[in-house]
Amino acid sequence: MSAVESTDVVVIGSGFGGAIAAYHLAAGGADTVVLERGPWLNADDFDHDFLLGKSYTKVFDFVVGEGMSILGGNCVGGGSVVYFATMPRAPRFVFERQGTIGRRIWPAAVSRDSLEPWYDRVCEALPVTQQTWDKVPYAGGLWAAACEHAGRTANPAPSAVDVDMCTNCNWMMAGCKFDAKRSLLLNYLPAALAHGAQIRPLHEVQRITRNADGSYRVHYSIVDAEDYRVLLDSGTIDAKLVVLAAGTGATPVILQRSEPDLGPMPHAVGRYFSGNGERLNTAIFDEDRVREVLGLSRDDAHAYAAYQIGRGPTVANWDRLDGSLPEYERFSLEQLYFPPGLGTILAQVPGATGPSWYGVEKKEMLRQWQSWLTIFIMSEDDNEGVFGPPPETGNAARLSQQMLGHGPLRYEPTANTRHGWALADAEIKDILERDGLARVAPWTNDLVGAYTVHPLASCRIGDDPATSALDDNHELRGHPGIFVTDGSAVPTALTVNPALTIAALAERAMPAMVRAAQQRGVNVRYGAPAPDGATAARDAAVARTA
Amino acid sequence: MQATAPDADTTVTITMTIEAFADTIVPGAKRTPQDRAVAGMAEGPGAVEAGAVDLLRQPGGGLADTLEALAWGLNDHASEYATAQGLHLDEGIPPFVALPFEHRTALVGLLTRPGHPEKSMWVGLALFSNMAFDSAAHMSTADAFASGHPGLLTIGYFRPDSDGIYRFPAFSYGRQLASIHPATTSDGSPA
Repeated sequence: MSAVESTDVVVIGSGFGGAIAAYHLAAGGADTVVLERGPWLNADDFDHDFLLGKSYTKVFDFVVGEGMSILGGNCVGGGSVVYFATMPRAPRFVFERQGTIGRRIWPAAVSRDSLEPWYDRVCEALPVTQQTWDKVPYAGGLWAAACEHAGRTANPAPSAVDVDMCTNCNWMMAGCKFDAKRSLLLNYLPAALAHGAQIRPLHEVQRITRNADGSYRVHYSIVDAEDYRVLLDSGTIDAKLVVLAAGTGATPVILQRSEPDLGPMPHAVGRYFSGNGERLNTAIFDEDRVREVLGLSRDDAHAYAAYQIGRGPTVANWDRLDGSLPEYERFSLEQLYFPPGLGTILAQVPGATGPSWYGVEKKEMLRQWQSWLTIFIMSEDDNEGVFGPPPETGNAARLSQQMLGHGPLRYEPTANTRHGWALADAEIKDILERDGLARVAPWTNDLVGAYTVHPLASCRIGDDPATSALDDNHELRGHPGIFVTDGSAVPTALTVNPALTIAALAERAMPAMVRAAQQRGVNVRYGAPAPDGATAARDAAVARTA
Repeated sequence: MQATAPDADTTVTITMTIEAFADTIVPGAKRTPQDRAVAGMAEGPGAVEAGAVDLLRQPGGGLADTLEALAWGLNDHASEYATAQGLHLDEGIPPFVALPFEHRTALVGLLTRPGHPEKSMWVGLALFSNMAFDSAAHMSTADAFASGHPGLLTIGYFRPDSDGIYRFPAFSYGRQLASIHPATTSDGSPA
């Protein structure tokens, strides 16, 4: 019998939650191994190519559930490689949400104020920058002009894109070929490597068991580099502390599968899933009206017709992010790009007389694709998602060699969630159909359910053991030494893009996690600067939380 | 488990049936006057000419081994549908292909509606049919443009630079087009 490999810390997943933990633990002196299910690709590997098997399908995971589908990252760097890098802070009212449990959902220790220093740390590390109007792509400008015309405001959202390096190719979902997008491949992960962390791609963790000495054994499979349906081998590694950051769609599944060995899981593992209240609408603009009503033209021939040009979402309407409004009536509306392949089948023909998502009228709508504008609703849902029994391996039964599978999530939107969606749909219609600018319809939920690119809350922090899986330090209740730092830890929908908040919560979790590691016999200390050596945000955070 | 390769007649039946399904998702003009699978209900090429069957036969897509079963299933549903509707179908071609276009359309609607026990199969078939048209996922995007892929041309997808890479030097109206929210914080976030 061969000796089992052993290390101080195993980090499962290399997205924001995993990369930030790996960096701080490695920089603090802990022997750290990161197990990542997906491949390890860098700028030169990222393709501008729709061919199945190129980076566009390699780095993604699209898991169809019952009533909800999740699009997430599946590569070293996780969501940061595929995301659009829009990085607003969550509005203040979000942290005060009560949902349907009748009391504050978030832990008492977490508020917008208490999270600010941790937001600052992430903004310094990536970095995140404020965007200027002169660099807003056409689609964002069109959304802004339509909002202005309708008496609304519109903001260029903070972003982790270096716009001076950006070519506005709109391929950032397949990984940024120009390293303009400040993914984790450019900051936390190389810094973790420099401090001795190991990153092992194509290692899919299946379950965790506990050893007699209180340490944990992490069981993984090796995934084929091209056909993710094929598992090649398996192995184990022991660790004094485990950081679980496999993503909202996978973290609870690993814990559920581990329950027979680890013992009972908190009730909230695999429950209270939130799709961030997300929903999409697609508008088809009348090019003449864009010119006549909004006074826009991008050249002599075109007013807009530039859906393909840009870098995802750049301009958001935040008028309904108003804490004085009732819960479930607050949302943001963000202009968005969705590439072909994923982004057309669910779009519905406004006012269709026949089928709305396929057929003759849909083909006519496709002819006008460059005049489309997608508007992304992020609202307050009811945390109504529940994960069923875990699949045999991974978090889905994979259909395709990459990307596509069926998972155990069930989501039936409540009346509260649907109320918010209806208000947001009406708001979009009011803005965009004014004076004949566009025709607009929401995406259908009939095919793959609702659709989220920002899954949250399936293993959430909180003060109430009945409704939260983690304490306010992100430690799994009843299982000391297992920490969860990915989107699953975020308690509620955020009404804005969540990456910055996920990352800030991970930064905030680190001091207590380091203390726990010390107590478990790991020689580690907290206090690393930003990955590039900057210290201002660290010093401010340490001073404020001392 | 490797399925036995179908004979030539079966292959024709499978292909015609899958083509008729793909043509229902993204309709196109008939390829020839004798074309039965493509109903000819829309101008220009549709999903079939865009390569739907080629994409569905890619082993990596996940549906290649099930196409025969899908075709039989679709034809069984078409026969039942025709009986229920009192339609008489031409017996020389697969039942789904024999359905008039409006009835193909109605049947696809029934098979993909929430609650249908086979919904995920038919949604998968629709998803790949659509992908063949709007993104030519069975061929490299450079090759797709070189061969004049009808779907990319129909949606107006811009061509890449000569090195196959996308760059858009002109990308912005270049001016402020709305007032920002009054409660925006100094770093650009909502309050």
